[in-house]
Amino acid sequence: MTNHWIDLKNANVILAMGSNPASNHPISMKWIKRAQDKGAKLICVDPRFTQTAAKADLYAPLRSGTDLAFLGGMIKYILDNKLYFKEYVVNYTNASHLVNPDFKGPADLDGLFSGFNAETKKYDKATWSFQKDENGIVLKDPTLEDPNCVFQLLKKQYARYTPEKVVNITGTPMDKLMAVYKLFGSTGQPNQAGTECYAMGWTQHTVGTQNIRAMTIIQQLLGNMGIAGGGINALRGEANVQGSTDQGLLFHILPGYNPVPNAAQVDLATYIKDNTPTTKEPKSVNWWANRNKYITSYLKATYGDAGTKENDFGYSWMPKLDVGMNASWLTIFDKMYKGEFEGFFAWGQNPACSGANSNKTRQAMTKLKWLVNVNLFDNETGSFWRGPGMNPKDIQTEVFMLPCCSSMEKEGSISNSGRWAQWRYKAIEPIGKSLPDAEIINELFFKVKELYKKEGGAYADPIMNLTWNYGEKDASGKVKHVDIHRIAKEINGYWLEDVYDTKVDPPKLIGKKGDLVTSFPSLQADGTTSSGNWIYCNSYILKDGKEVNMMARRGKDDPTGLGLYPGWTWAWPVNRRIIYNRASVDLQGQPWDPTRPLLKWNATKLAATGKPGVWEGDIPDGPAPPMAYPDGKLPFIMKADGVASIFGPGLVEGPFPEHYEALECPLEENAMSKQRVNPTIKIFGDKIDASFSCDARFPFVCSTYRVSEHWQTGLMTRHCSWLLEMQPQNFVEMSIELAKELKLTNGELVIVSSGRGEVKAIAMVTERLKPFKIMNSTVHQVGLPWHFGWQFPEDGSGYDSANLLTPNVGDANTMIPESKAFMVNVRKA
Amino acid sequence: MGVSRRDFLKLSGGTVLVASLGVNLNPAKAYAQELRIKNAKQTTTVCPYCSVGCGIIVYQENGKIINTEGDPDHPISEGSLCAKGSSVIQLVDVETRVPKPLYREPGATAWKQVEWDWALDRIARLVKDSRDKNFKTVKKAKVKEKQPDGTEIMVEKEFVVNRMDSIAHIGSAALDNEECYLLQKLVRSWGLVYVEHQARI
Repeated sequence: MTNHWIDLKNANVILAMGSNPASNHPISMKWIKRAQDKGAKLICVDPRFTQTAAKADLYAPLRSGTDLAFLGGMIKYILDNKLYFKEYVVNYTNASHLVNPDFKGPADLDGLFSGFNAETKKYDKATWSFQKDENGIVLKDPTLEDPNCVFQLLKKQYARYTPEKVVNITGTPMDKLMAVYKLFGSTGQPNQAGTECYAMGWTQHTVGTQNIRAMTIIQQLLGNMGIAGGGINALRGEANVQGSTDQGLLFHILPGYNPVPNAAQVDLATYIKDNTPTTKEPKSVNWWANRNKYITSYLKATYGDAGTKENDFGYSWMPKLDVGMNASWLTIFDKMYKGEFEGFFAWGQNPACSGANSNKTRQAMTKLKWLVNVNLFDNETGSFWRGPGMNPKDIQTEVFMLPCCSSMEKEGSISNSGRWAQWRYKAIEPIGKSLPDAEIINELFFKVKELYKKEGGAYADPIMNLTWNYGEKDASGKVKHVDIHRIAKEINGYWLEDVYDTKVDPPKLIGKKGDLVTSFPSLQADGTTSSGNWIYCNSYILKDGKEVNMMARRGKDDPTGLGLYPGWTWAWPVNRRIIYNRASVDLQGQPWDPTRPLLKWNATKLAATGKPGVWEGDIPDGPAPPMAYPDGKLPFIMKADGVASIFGPGLVEGPFPEHYEALECPLEENAMSKQRVNPTIKIFGDKIDASFSCDARFPFVCSTYRVSEHWQTGLMTRHCSWLLEMQPQNFVEMSIELAKELKLTNGELVIVSSGRGEVKAIAMVTERLKPFKIMNSTVHQVGLPWHFGWQFPEDGSGYDSANLLTPNVGDANTMIPESKAFMVNVRKA
Repeated sequence: MGVSRRDFLKLSGGTVLVASLGVNLNPAKAYAQELRIKNAKQTTTVCPYCSVGCGIIVYQENGKIINTEGDPDHPISEGSLCAKGSSVIQLVDVETRVPKPLYREPGATAWKQVEWDWALDRIARLVKDSRDKNFKTVKKAKVKEKQPDGTEIMVEKEFVVNRMDSIAHIGSAALDNEECYLLQKLVRSWGLVYVEHQARI
């Protein structure tokens, strides 16, 4: 989330599209309701009349997989009716930037952008660039009239998204569509705030990233980024999926969003050069120019004294990807299916039920030599070898089930969707002989290291040189038990030397060897500081000579009245509660909306430096004065040009979002262009990967979702009898009209099938779904939750996972599978 | 006592204290509650399910969790919990938790219980064997190289990769930040690059 949960109360209009907070983030409704109590309006756009829809002031249905058509139409509506916040758009976004005149868009090229190579399915982005002057500064037209400026190109692309065309694609009733556009468009006024809440309903599409991009364009046009009650808010699905991403448990990022190095980055200098954006824009902060400090401090945390200036701080010990290599989830299971892995750790996860095309995932595991499953409960992953259709005697995989303990049996921090890192305490000893995950990790580290010590073996340097100072050691040097606080402090970072500011005379001590670093602006690129994750630097600090765990704070002061609670736990970065908050003020530093002052420049108050002028309110995105001042800075500090990107050339399928149909859809053609699906998606080529569009065997659009009573694959909640009693088994929701057509009755057992598998479910015939009218034909949509699995309840009464049906095709940028729009059939069991 | 529930938790700083002090509930409501939690020690936690991050108070007595309830001081949840958050006690008070490591031999039709040390030694052996066999320090790749005349040609070069491709790892968003950090540190020290978790699905 750019904002945070409590901030929902500050919005005038809340758009829940691609999410269902009432079911999946129930307590967030407290803050949505509080906004509604003050007169705010909740809009829900969803194929199904969800629990959120039931609380909404305005509900609009749309066919799964057509969000981009819906949002593209909203962009057109905002532009046509001049509802955008012009001063914000001109000063804080790249709307005025002039694009390469050779750039062509879908309006010119029938759904494609310039530079497409049909053979490689990739774009050459040479024309997706800006015009620059002789000093390398981007040319701009603040009047927004130049035909090559971003604003005019935006207008051109979305002129095609007429309401008539949109409803023909989405199936949304025209009056509902226009009502949503009008209501959300009303937040372009400086004194109005609109926010968007999305979740898997937007990410799980082959155009997932562009769904979110389209909304960020809307939020930029309306001036809703960086303000209280605004923002674009990912409602994340797990308690610590924000934190686990921050800590780099993905193939492409190290902790703190430093990219994983590739083989062509032959040394640290090349890595830094490749990953450090540059700009000539005089007012841009370009925060990633600090990359060298963050990667060096990470390497120092990882390798300690073994990492020296001479050996690039141990950079060569880091594993490197091949250039352009994708090692993401779907690729892992594709390779596993082909027998390319010997071993596999499924740690705190249940891929046998959570992975798209679960039959492929389950088959893939049979090819492994060994599998380690770490979890509280046995599950469909650990027990895959005794699952449906498996003959255990034929499966030669050695399997370990290591029981970890629950969060109440250990201590540590987790980061919620609003980036608040909150500390949890240990209440009891681990149940049975289960262990905290950290202890299991510790044991594995030392056992492997011990083998290398005894036997030698392949390149042991990265293991031997790894720092591991997390507690008292035994005679062999092994850490007996992990002190979680020591890890938290390593993540924050230390001064490794006495460091002086030599720019002043006499030089002033800014960091004392052995002290915790106070915050990331102090991190150094010369190896004199460590920080395991720079964005968490400031989470564990030295205050009045004492080490303070900021994540454990319980202060309840709310000085702004906006619900920032700066003394409650800690938010990254540097306890900033709303990111890009400098966009909430005008060029003089005064809030666009004085009734919601998130930040305010006090020009007369003296700063700590003795100079007049300080920011009041939230922790600002940098201390620089407002834009209008000679040394003022642009607000979007993480963007090289300092402004938000309406034109975003970073994504693979285009700098503006364009509507394409889902890989599996009920339509032969895309009504918007000749290009039916996202041209840049990766299709896995095996028979098991086949897709079935416009196939009479699978006539209904399907989407997976969740219910309040279960969590993800249900591997924890199915074991909680209170929850299982409330939601005991799989069901499939369908309209009354479809049930009539299929001669099915409510409560009847049915089979839902796709080209990849089938699953039993109870028919839930409901008014919550209605047939869609799409291009004069009727399209039915069904949906089912993905919380169930064969392994528990042991009698099979819950049936199996809905992911047996979903396609293993991913978003072109992220490779998140398209679980929200695919085709199925429903028949009597 | 003039100590409100909020002050009480502030004093405790989340560490354990006897709960009979400072509970400032409505007396009529509190009576039944106090019977159960009278001598319990309190700690605070955050719900392990969705990402709202609601606060929960855990009551422990004689090494067992006897009650969990919404933390009224928590600014987001203000004491409220959903069905899942209200049921966290069932994660510890349930027979199906796996008490000891389980092991399934190749071709076996059932699990058997094993000791931690045995299981971890065996896994360490499998990791090392796979790593020793498959670890690559360098890899050849074709890359574009600029020629003196300005043209580019593809040349095969050797690059340092220091990795292994024979083991994959996924997980986990269910772990604490400190554990996630430690886990990425561990698997990257072995040379793994096939490292993923829930954020990708």
